[in-house]
Amino acid sequence: MSTQEHARPAPVGGSLVNATTLVCGVLIAVMATIILVRLIFGLGTTTNLNDGYSWGAWVVVDVFIGSALACGGFSVALLVYIFNKGQYHPLVRPALLGSLFGYTLAGAAITFDLGRWWNFWHIFWPGYFNVNSVMFEVAACITLYIIVMWIEFSPVFLEKLGLHDARRKLSKLLFFFIALGIVLPMMHQASLGTMLVVMGGQVNPLWQTPMQPLIYLLSAIILGYGVVLFESCVAASAYRRQVEVSMLNPMARVMLGIMAFYLLVRFADLIARGVLRLAFQPDFIALTFWIENACFIAPFLLIRSVEARRNPARLFLAGIAVMLGGILLRLNGFLIAFDTGPGWTYFPSVPELLVTIGIFAAEVLGYIVITRRFPVLPREESYVQPAHS
Amino acid sequence: MHAEISAASRNEKSRRNFLKGCLGAAGTAVASGTLSTLSAPAAARETYQRPPEALGLLYDATLCIGCKACVAACKQANDNPPEFSTADKLWDTPLDTSGNTFNIIKMYRHGTMTTKDAEINGYAFMKTSCMHCADPSCVSACPVTAMTKDPVTGVVAYDADACVGCRYCVVACPFGIPKYQYDSPTGEIGKCELCRHRVADGHYSACAEVCPTGATLHGRTRDLLSEAKRRLALPAGSITRYPRGSIDGGPDQSYEGYVGNYQQHVYGEHEYGGTQVLKLSAVPFAKVGMPNLPPKSSAATSETIQHTLYGGLLMPFAVLGAMTYVAKRNVHHEDEDGHDSSAQAAASKPGKE
Repeated sequence: MSTQEHARPAPVGGSLVNATTLVCGVLIAVMATIILVRLIFGLGTTTNLNDGYSWGAWVVVDVFIGSALACGGFSVALLVYIFNKGQYHPLVRPALLGSLFGYTLAGAAITFDLGRWWNFWHIFWPGYFNVNSVMFEVAACITLYIIVMWIEFSPVFLEKLGLHDARRKLSKLLFFFIALGIVLPMMHQASLGTMLVVMGGQVNPLWQTPMQPLIYLLSAIILGYGVVLFESCVAASAYRRQVEVSMLNPMARVMLGIMAFYLLVRFADLIARGVLRLAFQPDFIALTFWIENACFIAPFLLIRSVEARRNPARLFLAGIAVMLGGILLRLNGFLIAFDTGPGWTYFPSVPELLVTIGIFAAEVLGYIVITRRFPVLPREESYVQPAHS
Repeated sequence: MHAEISAASRNEKSRRNFLKGCLGAAGTAVASGTLSTLSAPAAARETYQRPPEALGLLYDATLCIGCKACVAACKQANDNPPEFSTADKLWDTPLDTSGNTFNIIKMYRHGTMTTKDAEINGYAFMKTSCMHCADPSCVSACPVTAMTKDPVTGVVAYDADACVGCRYCVVACPFGIPKYQYDSPTGEIGKCELCRHRVADGHYSACAEVCPTGATLHGRTRDLLSEAKRRLALPAGSITRYPRGSIDGGPDQSYEGYVGNYQQHVYGEHEYGGTQVLKLSAVPFAKVGMPNLPPKSSAATSETIQHTLYGGLLMPFAVLGAMTYVAKRNVHHEDEDGHDSSAQAAASKPGKE
């Protein structure tokens, strides 16, 4: 085992036209149509947004949740390059690919949610941008990170195109982009939590705390590992490969460790601020609070032992639980426990939901196209018999 | 080859310790940044106070007769279209402020509604418009400086040409004041700007200009605050002189009237560091839609976190430096096209799966 070599990444191959890609194509076309209608007639025609809930699915789900679910690349890079756990290296490219699509589409999604999108460049223009604004920090940081990720991922394209010279030159500088690719998500994932702070008393005290940046950062790292568990299981099943349990098992253990720290911070903060009693009131807010935290506690029951972590089904379920927890943490803070005064309600409209679904379809389609045609996933044979080169 | 491997394993322990240190430093940086906002932070951003010459309004609910002349005048002054809430669509009847309605008078109703300004079985009015905060959440939230606070008058102004339409101001405001025009492809934010565009013509806030009872009074906020405190000190039911229009309008603009049964609270004196629009009411403020706000602004808390974490970009660059150093040492073992490097990584960690 200790002498096992990493499998080199290789294209999966196979046809790009199948039921999944066709469905994705249709969903993307529907999304494009709705976006066109929105651009011509305004946000009111396509969304249920109102002045009580001015941020809906397109911001909270597509950007805040979408980018957190796209933290796989960041979380795995943290393990491989910072903690020097080389054995996880085969996970880097697939995780980075998920992140690349997640973030690029989150960036695209925010553009058509902007009411005055043609002014978007103001966010990067001295004289316009406001360094005190949390939104500025998030927008600038996410944009930079998207660029950095494309550079980090570009060796895949260079390998495919046979540009070995460029590939070697880039390799010498790659460490800097890897470092940037760790610092930038740390910054904006923390700031996504800080976004809540200026909203003050409108956000329920269970989610309104100056500790929010730490809570969001930790949850983003956890979500990164959760998504890798999920993606690895789905990719293995879809491509009829073996689940990379030998890597996922110890990685899941790392995730549990960080999650224990997360829960400690989350509840210590609630106790220190004296608001935990709100979680014991017989209302919907308390219920959604406990569902959110149950999702972070469930993996401790599902995959506590090494034995349990060898079971792909349990890893898959733990991944889903963690993702749900992270999704609820964000939904609760920005929508469910956000009370802007009497009379306001919000639930996304069908076109809003179709756009959100279209964005996820674009991610799935991109993932399929790239993994089938470019060297991303580890070469399959290595799991059947160790490769000796 | 062998020499390389043994050198690598010899360095392993000290390097590991270094890495732990680096990551620990990065982690504590974020943690201490957020923690420090709870105690005494280095980059503390205090809650701003009103500028000395700040302009504002004093709204006295006990003087308001609910005629809504101010609502109509505001529409006219800001060239806003009417909004209908009745079937015949004859009159401008907005039910709340919106992207096209910057000022509205709302009504409190209880029980039989017999007595004006009574909490029980009574009714009362309340003005809804921008409070022109000393430390506005919208200005702190805006990523592109489309929301600004005038350093002299303190008026919170909006510039549509700068705005990207992200609507963080709409979400951030504790009073729900900035509103967006959802029905337009080029929608703007709409809010009261204290008629700053009418000052050049010798005018002041249209709502105060037309108010027949002086319920909405324009002036410097510090003068308005002393006027508010003067009224609170008077016994309810006694007679006093009320200015109309602008507080410095002189005696011929004023009239004599009865003193209301006030709540002993000038709303806006201390809320979020103070607002430039002040309010007096006989019914508790929470019941007429005014939120209970602490003296510390949420903008101050938010910016303290931002400045602690990102001030001068010191922390990001320090963490980036550490990460670059660590990544440079760790990145080689897999990007040099493979074979020996990954074997080396595996060999240097015997026993691990």
